[in-house]
Amino acid sequence: MGTGRLYVAVATGGFRRYATYRAATAAGVFTNTVFGLILVYTYRALWDAKPHLGGYDQAQAVTYVWLGQAFLSTLAIGGGGVEEELMDRIRTGDVAIDLYRPADLQLWWLAADLGRAFFQLLGRGVVPFVFGALCFPAYLPTDAGTWLAFLVTVLLAMVVSFGLRYLVALCAFWLLDGTGVGQMMWLAGYFCSGMLLPLNVFPGALGEVVRALPWSSLLQAPADVLLGHADPWRTYLFQGAWAVALLGLGRMMQSAATRRVVVQGG
Amino acid sequence: MIAGMWVRSTLAYRASFVMTTFGNFAATFFDFVAIMLMFTRVHALGGYSLPQVAFLYGLSAASFGLADLAIGSMDRLGRRVRDGTLDTLLVRPVPVLAQVAADRFALRRLGRVLQGSLVLGWALTRVEIDWTPLKLLLMPVTVASGCAIFCAVFVAGAAFQFVAQDASEVQNAFTYGGTTLLQYPPTVFAKELVRGVTFLLPLAFVNWLPAAYVLGRPYPLDLPGWVAFTPPLVAAGCCALAGLAWRAGLRSYRSTGS
Repeated sequence: MGTGRLYVAVATGGFRRYATYRAATAAGVFTNTVFGLILVYTYRALWDAKPHLGGYDQAQAVTYVWLGQAFLSTLAIGGGGVEEELMDRIRTGDVAIDLYRPADLQLWWLAADLGRAFFQLLGRGVVPFVFGALCFPAYLPTDAGTWLAFLVTVLLAMVVSFGLRYLVALCAFWLLDGTGVGQMMWLAGYFCSGMLLPLNVFPGALGEVVRALPWSSLLQAPADVLLGHADPWRTYLFQGAWAVALLGLGRMMQSAATRRVVVQGG
Repeated sequence: MIAGMWVRSTLAYRASFVMTTFGNFAATFFDFVAIMLMFTRVHALGGYSLPQVAFLYGLSAASFGLADLAIGSMDRLGRRVRDGTLDTLLVRPVPVLAQVAADRFALRRLGRVLQGSLVLGWALTRVEIDWTPLKLLLMPVTVASGCAIFCAVFVAGAAFQFVAQDASEVQNAFTYGGTTLLQYPPTVFAKELVRGVTFLLPLAFVNWLPAAYVLGRPYPLDLPGWVAFTPPLVAAGCCALAGLAWRAGLRSYRSTGS
């Protein structure tokens, strides 16, 4: 079996696994839609008070809200991807089994997480987005090129998101309990990805700093490509650079961790 | 007693307790940071100034925080129904509701209460109110009634989980979603939505209506003035309905037995 096919199989497994929880997915769709509704009204009030805030018009702000709701679980912005399971396996010592497998630890989990992300995008992301686009005047580009460019940024966002969460999970090798780090990551993810408010609405230097951080690859970057606010190629470069940096750092941490691994339990 | 046990268990790891309490504080604080960021760009949202929005926010967050502290563990019920561990609670000579509420009682949720109270305190120093004894009296009554209304939502959500076992996220839409909704002025939302959270799920009584009276602002939906004083009644009604739903849910419970 070629290595490529192995990882495709792992990703398919990840997709199928999440697809099993139908009631949970429906509940998630409902919750995302409710939160999207609340946010849409507050954003519309904000854009009423200040039209063209951050360079968006009101329809673009509406699209932005529903993109955020679609990406929340897809990109595990608040956590909740495969990293929780990996952390558990590190804590219990099951990770030793993963290390025996004839597959690379990082790529294995990346494949599993991509499978999860694709399911969440289709299962939890599309419905709130379509609901939002139908119920509110939203900005939707009409040319296929923009949508295609947008999909590429979403894929890159998935990799960056995994890169960040893999680092969090590896912390468990040293800390055993990764709850605290996970929570910090959750906060950073919410604040710096633009889930709270589009990053181009942040004032002054704060806005420039958050836009340079990796989290802006998650929501702000794909949104700006879809809304025609950013050049796709420059966005790919930005996201790609962060993906390479984070995965590289993860690889370094991984080899440091496996050199000193002490298997728990017995 | 069960709650006391969980408090002792979390205090066993002091560093972790401090970190998670801070985390809870910070997580809820970000909601307010978002509002403050909005106000760096505008002077009013839905016709409300920042201190006025903070007043709404503080009332909602404090009420919700207290309810969450008391019975926020309710969302674990779905898991207990799924894996059959609810049976352990059924055979104990203590009301199941009390046990589920105290299950994994998390003192770290104090972070949320603290944050809500701080924002409310700040708002009270900034907002312009012609204080009367009646308005002063209304404040603690509002927080207590709001807490009771949120508790009822939690219990009703838990009752729903007897039916839909792994759909605990639906509950989040009403609890966390509800408190987020109330943190913004009613003038921001569409009439139908405001009507829904006034007459169907009476969240408007948590803060919008009493706050409209205290702040001297027009009432949402042109409701008569006296409704600002009805939150205790509404809260009692909600609790009664939630109690009925809970009993119906518990009676329909069939153990998975594994």
